[in-house]
Amino acid sequence: MEKYNLTAHELIEQISKKEASAQEVADSLKKRILDVDPKVKAYVRIDQPHQTAIQENNAPTAVLKGIPVSIKDNICTDGLNTECCSKILAGFKPPYDATVIKKLKAAGATIFGLKTNMDEFAFGSSTENSYFGPTHNPWDLECVPGGSSGGCAAAVAADEAILALGSDTGGSIRQPAAFCGVVGLKPTYGRVSRYGLIAFASSLDQIGPLAKDTRDAALLMNVIAGFDPLDSTSVNIEVPDYTKALVNDVKGLRIAVPKEYFVEGIDPEIKGTIEEAINKLKSLGAECKDVSLPNTQYAVPVYYIIATAEASSNLARFDAVQYGYRTADRVKNLIEMYNRTRGEGFGEEAKRRVILGTFALSHGYYDAYYLRALKVRTLIKEDFDRVFKDFDCILTPTSPTAAFKIGEKVKDPLKMYLSDIYTISVNLAGIPAISLPCGLTKKGLPVGLQILAKPFAEEMLFRMAHTYEQNTEWHKLKPKL
Amino acid sequence: MSIINKETVQYVAYLARIELKEKELDVLSGQLKDILDFIDKLKEIDITNIAPTSHILPINNILREDVPKSSLPVEKALANSPEQEGNFFVVPKVIE
Repeated sequence: MEKYNLTAHELIEQISKKEASAQEVADSLKKRILDVDPKVKAYVRIDQPHQTAIQENNAPTAVLKGIPVSIKDNICTDGLNTECCSKILAGFKPPYDATVIKKLKAAGATIFGLKTNMDEFAFGSSTENSYFGPTHNPWDLECVPGGSSGGCAAAVAADEAILALGSDTGGSIRQPAAFCGVVGLKPTYGRVSRYGLIAFASSLDQIGPLAKDTRDAALLMNVIAGFDPLDSTSVNIEVPDYTKALVNDVKGLRIAVPKEYFVEGIDPEIKGTIEEAINKLKSLGAECKDVSLPNTQYAVPVYYIIATAEASSNLARFDAVQYGYRTADRVKNLIEMYNRTRGEGFGEEAKRRVILGTFALSHGYYDAYYLRALKVRTLIKEDFDRVFKDFDCILTPTSPTAAFKIGEKVKDPLKMYLSDIYTISVNLAGIPAISLPCGLTKKGLPVGLQILAKPFAEEMLFRMAHTYEQNTEWHKLKPKL
Repeated sequence: MSIINKETVQYVAYLARIELKEKELDVLSGQLKDILDFIDKLKEIDITNIAPTSHILPINNILREDVPKSSLPVEKALANSPEQEGNFFVVPKVIE
């Protein structure tokens, strides 16, 4: 068995017993990338598989000693290209590390790979909107890996990464995790510091782990979670040891199954697979009941107002003055420089979203669109509050379909937006959710089971997911490359 | 009847400081119309007496102690800029 085949917890054990060294692990992974990434294209620059120095860190806090972690292109790494897969950030080398990167380094991890591919500024559900070109799904190279953290998910699935850090604004960790058959967690809003995450929608964004199994996701959460004075929306609540939640027991836990997630638009094959997963958890002693989240149908329209409004404001910083691309044309004045640079530097989807968001915030439309969306967001959040009074978690499909073909939806933005229909409400309500593999379609594409819990109840997600994993084999399946 | 047409998109793009080519303007106008028609679904909900949620956490006005700390050195702060001179960012003429 090659080192790259192993999980982080297996490698940690080998490294501690001196059966493997950090250098061997990094070399093995590098070999794997050079071997399969020309097909998968999970990384932006495979010609330079970069890694930070392997540290001789023997402190007891070095819980990820020698473990390579791959990073999405929108999380700042000191001195290493961080470009959000956009032309407008071409060549940007941040002068500092994001808080999560600092924490990884302190835990002895190696920052690995330059860097994982994504939809430009995380705008998308397929990783087709990358300035560097699309990533391919390791299970079927003609399919998308999902998005926007498609590079992370494909890298983990193809054994080109041991662990990866992505970001999730409307499903960008969970949907690609589902499409690529890996585990992906979106933590509670405020659980992980956003300092150094290049902002898309500040009230929705969270950084989270993508991993080969739930134990690895829990290990990574142990390192990245926690209060950060540099992020005023991070919350000062003690971080538990998430690995303690990995018990094989769901007896008596109350699971809600929302009927709105199983209606029109869902692929019958996905529906059947999720129902089987629910039956499995029932057979293990969980209690399941149908519930209603009546405002689910409004989540996508609410999201595309709030997220684009926040994005239009966040992306105003790309002004060709302090960093990034500047038009090569001779311009008359500052305004022309802004207009030309942004016209040339932003991709199609970025333009669409910034313009939509600017419209929603503009004079005369603010009340009709933005304020209305914020009010409906309240209703969506209240739906969850109501259900969580009586239930420990909610089970849904992660996505209404398995991975779709490259090119299938990219010309129809609305169709693409609807592929996030089951993941978006979670971000609007700020709650945590995990996606884990629960089956394969007839065509051999992975299906993701999504589990949702109350704010700061990540332990419940880990317990439920781990129990499912202990009693099934889906997470052990690997794509043939 | 949608409220968005080519002129509106052109104007909003200017507010957003994005120059669009004629063809982009055509495509975008059509797409934004479809998206806004879809978003109009929100008009069917009664939102009387519903408070807006701009943020899900019950926190506001987070302040820190006013303690001086070191900041980025000038060279590092300037290193990524497309054009710089001395300790300054260089931009095209601002005043006519």
